[in-house]
Parts: sequence; structure tokens; C-alpha cells
Amino acid sequence: MGSPEEILDPELKLYESRKSVFPKAVNGPFRRLKWVIMAITLAIYYVTPWIRWDRGPYAPDQAVLVDLANRRFYMFGIEIWPHEFYYVAGMLVMAGIGLFLVTSAVGRAWCGYSCPQTVWTDLFQHVERAIDGDRNAQFKLQDAPWGPKKIGKRLAKWSVWLFIAFWTGGAWIMYFADAPTLVVDFWTGEAAFVAYATVGVLTLTTFIFGGFMREQVCIYMCPWPRIQTAMMDEKSLTVTYKDWRGEPRGSVKKAEAQPGSFGDCIDCNQCVAVCPTGIDIREGPQIGCITCALCIDACDSVMEKINRPRGLIDYATLEDADLEKAGKAHNPVLKTLFRPRTILYFSIWGAIGLAMLFAVGNRTRIDISANHDRNPVYVQLADGHVRNSYTINLRNMENRPRDMIIGMTELKGAVMWSNAGSRDGAGKTLVTSVPADSVSRLRLYIAAPGDGPVREDFALTVTAADDAEANDMDEIFFERPETGE
Amino acid sequence: MSENKRVDKPTGTETVGHEWDGIEELDTPMPRWWLWTLYATIIWGIGYVILYPAIPMINSASEGLLGWSSRGEYAQAVSARERELDPIRQALVSTDIRKLHGSPELMQQAVEGGRSAFKVHCVQCHGSGAAGSKGYPNLNDDDWLWGGDLEAIEYTLIHGIRNPDHDQTRFSQMPAFGRDGILQSGEIQDLVSHVRVLAGREKQSAAATRGAVLFEANCAICHGSDGTGDRTQGAPNLTDAISLYGLDRASLTDTISNSRYGVMPRWGQRLDPATIRMLAAYVHSLGGGEKLPALEEIADQRDESDGDGQS
Ligand code: SF4
Ligand code: SF4
Repeated sequence: MGSPEEILDPELKLYESRKSVFPKAVNGPFRRLKWVIMAITLAIYYVTPWIRWDRGPYAPDQAVLVDLANRRFYMFGIEIWPHEFYYVAGMLVMAGIGLFLVTSAVGRAWCGYSCPQTVWTDLFQHVERAIDGDRNAQFKLQDAPWGPKKIGKRLAKWSVWLFIAFWTGGAWIMYFADAPTLVVDFWTGEAAFVAYATVGVLTLTTFIFGGFMREQVCIYMCPWPRIQTAMMDEKSLTVTYKDWRGEPRGSVKKAEAQPGSFGDCIDCNQCVAVCPTGIDIREGPQIGCITCALCIDACDSVMEKINRPRGLIDYATLEDADLEKAGKAHNPVLKTLFRPRTILYFSIWGAIGLAMLFAVGNRTRIDISANHDRNPVYVQLADGHVRNSYTINLRNMENRPRDMIIGMTELKGAVMWSNAGSRDGAGKTLVTSVPADSVSRLRLYIAAPGDGPVREDFALTVTAADDAEANDMDEIFFERPETGE
Repeated sequence: MSENKRVDKPTGTETVGHEWDGIEELDTPMPRWWLWTLYATIIWGIGYVILYPAIPMINSASEGLLGWSSRGEYAQAVSARERELDPIRQALVSTDIRKLHGSPELMQQAVEGGRSAFKVHCVQCHGSGAAGSKGYPNLNDDDWLWGGDLEAIEYTLIHGIRNPDHDQTRFSQMPAFGRDGILQSGEIQDLVSHVRVLAGREKQSAAATRGAVLFEANCAICHGSDGTGDRTQGAPNLTDAISLYGLDRASLTDTISNSRYGVMPRWGQRLDPATIRMLAAYVHSLGGGEKLPALEEIADQRDESDGDGQS
């Protein structure tokens, strides 16, 4: 055991309060790229539900719609039914592999530019800067005692944040119902409780995560940085401080006084000041870095001012770093981007994409599935026939009502009827109409002479009456009692 | 082991003192909000334990200030559902059963309701798939002793079969030809042969010819000379492919010698009219139900009887 002093060490903290991060505004190519991506991603998010897509009278005309109540997923020309959920699964798998691909090629670019947490935090920080002023003013205001000015500024900032958060939560529910109708319903108090609850929860989480927790979400709550750090290798691009060039640090004055004994870093702390997660990149790669490259913009402008080459902080791979230390030239960027690993990820990603496109292009829009009733398996009829019954689901996945012809393959002497008819009207086929975009369930009875084999396999077929091409079948069986007695 | 603790230079953080293969674990403090979240969950937990049943006792759990219980919630849900079903039950009872198929939605609801009632009251004898077994009719097939339309099924359900204490019950009784000494055992074997010929299970023989004479004298009054049965008396058709007690020689000998006496409870006394109606609809829907009368015919009959009433 240690000495009492050690145990009672006041420095030894189990829990740590958050240090405020007030990043400084910065300009540069990466900042501009961030602006562009932020504009695009926010526009996609807010605008998508309002795009219309004409699907005829029987289906909603919203381009992207997750219709939970009717269990349909619409995405432009594609309509996905619950039993086709593998398309959604495929899209999720593609999104996953897409992240692997991006990570192995350009490191944590997702985190730095398009992760919602990053985008909204960035937006919130712009609001903060517009109201409170830049970094120093924000620190000052934070330390200032509460007075009319501080209260006014805080209220202003929080209301704008809340407003943005509310719009964010509001846009989310638009994906789940007809957007224009929902907006009206929402404001007239007609919308479902779950809509208000969702907006409430999302408003609150956006407000808290974007306004107050910011980098805490990235560092403590998000699992992705851990996965990503495990996935990056010596060939992945990442933001790197070139310590071999920068160290030892020294101010411009010192460097002028003793030429040759200092590196390029003048210890101006600009790279730390602009960092949205509040870390010092000069300490090396770390989990808090989202590779947003704002420190590159900051340091480059410093280097420019003091007339030293840019790129003291730069996107570089670990391999580049070693090469540079040894005084050799970098690998060409193309070679970094196109290497076996990225090509492999890309091929898997592309293959899944092509397979899904192919599947979507070739899927039939009618479908039959049959379940042989097992209790009882067969029924002996008075005239010596044996009857089997099946529960069948007929799917009409098009946006118009269709007549469907149910038939069967080789089952000698058999006739079928449904629970809508009776054996008097039985025949070799059955025509039934299925409403637009829905499933009809019916019980199908098939009676066949009792002197056939105990078990006979056959298939039920369904053909659209107006489009003989669309044919689908389901393998099924017919069963008879062992003997007559 | 605090003596092993040391400060990690690059990060300025203390290590926890573990080391694996030269890799050390940093003792990074948790963020404070995390701590507060933990406290909040603890407070939530305490509140939950106070408000809801949580602490296990010997026979039950502590009650909780809100008085909530899963049983109570269930009872509430059940009674809410009952209230929801009330209009359907009313509509069912007030609709002429012969006209039930005229409103497919009501019919559908009746079938679904009947499906669950069947599971409770009928499976003990008829089986969960209503396929019955020897002596217990298969309700899926198209052979009906007392009639298989909606009305007949409902009558059977209400009044039962061979209920000794009820005068409207379906009743029939076949004599125990052997036990009561009406026929000798050789004669019974002749009869068995004849019945098997009727059912198409055996070729014509001398015994069967002798049996035919006996049949005419003893059986034709109920089963008809040709053996096709009589529904008004619940006498089975002996010429079809289905038999309640079996068409093998042993079963037939037993049936003729000792008679059979199947009994069904009269449900009219135990179930409400709506449930019985649902059961009738369900049984009819199993695929063997007999033809429904055309709706116009029923309407016509109604009009006539109404007219009669007025004149
Ligand atoms: S901005 Fe550049 S020069 Fe300034 S401290 Fe950071 S690395 Fe050094
Ligand atoms: S260290 Fe640089 S790249 Fe990393 S998060 Fe901070 S500003 Fe962005």
C-alpha cells in the first residue's frame, strides 16, 4: 500500500469535469470544404422529405418515405416490402463497408466532415461565435458574473440552439409520414403522440449533444473512434504534426537569435485554439482527433505569415512520416488511395451494390406463398376424395389492383376452391382480385382422388391476369391417408 | 497496488499499475457528467423501487406506491377489449344466422371469435384442428350427421347431442343388437358384411346377401333401404367414405352389437348466444360447411312470413 499522502492525493481524481472548448474561427481550404459539406448534408437532411414522387393514386407521393404503419419503405422508384427487408440490410452492410473503405483510404474523414454530431456541433459553434464573439470573448463571458448582458447573450444563444434543434427533430419525423400533411397536423395538435414525443426527444438530444456535450460525445459516447483506430494502418491518411520538422519549438524571436537550434513550430498554439475537440495535435495521433484538418488551416496561415513552408501539420500516412524522416519523397497520393486493401473493400462494396441493383431490377411484383395446414394434414371427404388445405398469401406489390390467377402443377384430378367459394364452384384454377399494394390471405382447399401416393409434391402458381409474364410459384405438397381403412 | 503507479510522461496521466507485455493502462478519469448520469440512474432506480412492485417477498412483491401491477394492467386491457367487442357481439346476435354470410366482415369477425372460443371449449373432444378422432366427429369434413349448414350447427351447439335432461336435444339411439339379444352373432357378421358392401369395402358375398335381408328388417327404418342415412334422426350415411367409428369388421361388429352413444354438452346453457354463433361460424368455415342459402331466398321467406303475420 502507498503512504497516506499518496492515497489522499488531492490531484488524484476519479472523475473529471469537462473543460470548456471554445474553438477559434479559422479560414482555409479545409474550412471551406467543411462549409460545403455542411451545406450539402444539412440540405439533404432537411429537404429530402419534401421531394415528391408520383406513384399513382394508390401509393403515397413522397420520394423518400418510411411508412411504418403500412410497413413499406419508399425510395424514389423503389418500393420495399417487409419481406424484402434484405435490401435495407444490404444497404446497411454497404454503409458499413463504405465506412471501412473511407477509413482505410482517408482515415476518419467521416468523423471530421459528415458525421451528424460534427455537422451540428459545427453549426452550433457558429451560432455561439456570432452571439458571444470569438474564442477569447467566449472565455471572458464564461468567467464573467451573471448580469443582464450575460443572461441576454445566453438566452439568445440557447434560443437559437433550441430553434435549430427543434427543426432538426421536426425534419426527422417528416420521413415517416406525408410531410405537408404532417406539418399541418403537427401544428393543429392532430399528429400522433409519437410524433410529438420524437420531436421532443430529438430536440432535447440535439440541444444537449450539439450545445453542451460536443466533443464528449466523440470521445466518450461514440464507439466508432475506437473501431476506426483499430482499422487504420500505416497507409491511412491522418492529420499529422511533423514533430521532426517542428521540434524543438521556439518563438520567432528565439529562432532568429539562435538560428538552426529550433524547429518550425513557434509554439503559437493556434492549432490548439481552433481544434473543435480541444486537443493538441502536437502530442501525436489521439482518439480525440476527428481529422477535421482545421489545425492544418490554422498552422498553414501561421507558416505563411512567418515565411516558412506550409504543411507543418498535414494529412500524412504513418509511412509518409517515416519516409519524410528518412529524407525521402512521399508515396504518391494515388498509391495511397488505391492499394490492395481499399480495392478489396471497394470490390466488396461494389459487388453488393451491383447484386442489389440486379435483384431490384429483376424482382417480380406478384408473389404467392403457401402454408400447408398441418392440423389436420388431410381431410377425408364423403365421396372418397381427400382434401388438403393451405393458407396462402398473395402479394400484389404494384400500385394498382390486379386480378391474379392461382393454378397448380400436375396434381391428378385435383380441383381447388377457396374459403370465398365452395366445392361446387371448384376448378383447376382460381381467379381472385388483390387490392393495390397489399396482401390477400385466403384459405385454399384442394381436393383430389383418394387413391394417389401418400405424399405428392406440386407447386402453386400465381399469374397476373393482365401480365402473363409475372409468374411465381411456391413448392408445396399434398398428402393422403396411408390406406383406405 | 499504488506503489506500482507512475505517471505516464506523454499524457501526464497516472497509470493504474497493470502491465501486459509492456503495455500499461492509463488511469484516465471519467468525465463528471458521466458521474452525474450514474447518480441520476441510482436516484431513478430508488424512485422506481418505491413506485412500482420491486422487492420480492415470500408470496408476492412489494406493492409500490402507484398501485400498479401487471395483473391489473392485464385485466384492464381485457375489459377494454371486451368493451370493444360488445358492438360486434350485439350485431351478431341480432343478425339472422342464415344471413350472416351476407355481411362478410361480421362473418369474418365471428370466425375469428369462434376460433378462440373453440380453443377453449371444444378442443378437448374435437382436437385443436377440429379433426376429431374415432367417435368424435371430424368437423373439417363434409359428412354431417345432423346437418352442416350454419343453422343446423348452431342448433347442435345450443342443444347438444343426447343430453338426457333436455327435451330439445338432438337425440337418436341405435339398439344394441348383440347385447340386447336381438340378433345372433352369426347374423351380426352377415350384417357387417352387408354394411361393408354398402360402403364399397367388400365384394358382394352370400353372407352379405343374408345381411341385406336383416338390414331391411332391422336397420332400414333409420338408415334407409339403400343405407344413405337420415339426418332428421342423425342416422349416418353408410355408403360414403367416412365413418365415425370405423368400417373395419371389428369396429362394425362392436357398433352393431353394443350400439354407440356419443354425447355432446348443450352449450346454450353455458355460453352466451354471441359466442355460440361465433363457434357455429368457425366450425362452418373449416371447409366442410354445407351450402349457404342464397340471400334473396331468405329475404323472400321473410317477406312472406311478414305478410302472413299481417293478414
Ligand atoms: S499552429 Fe503550427 S506553429 Fe503554431 S503551435 Fe501549432 S504547430 Fe506550432
Ligand atoms: S487536432 Fe486538428 S484535425 Fe484533429 S480534431 Fe483538432 S483541429 Fe481537427
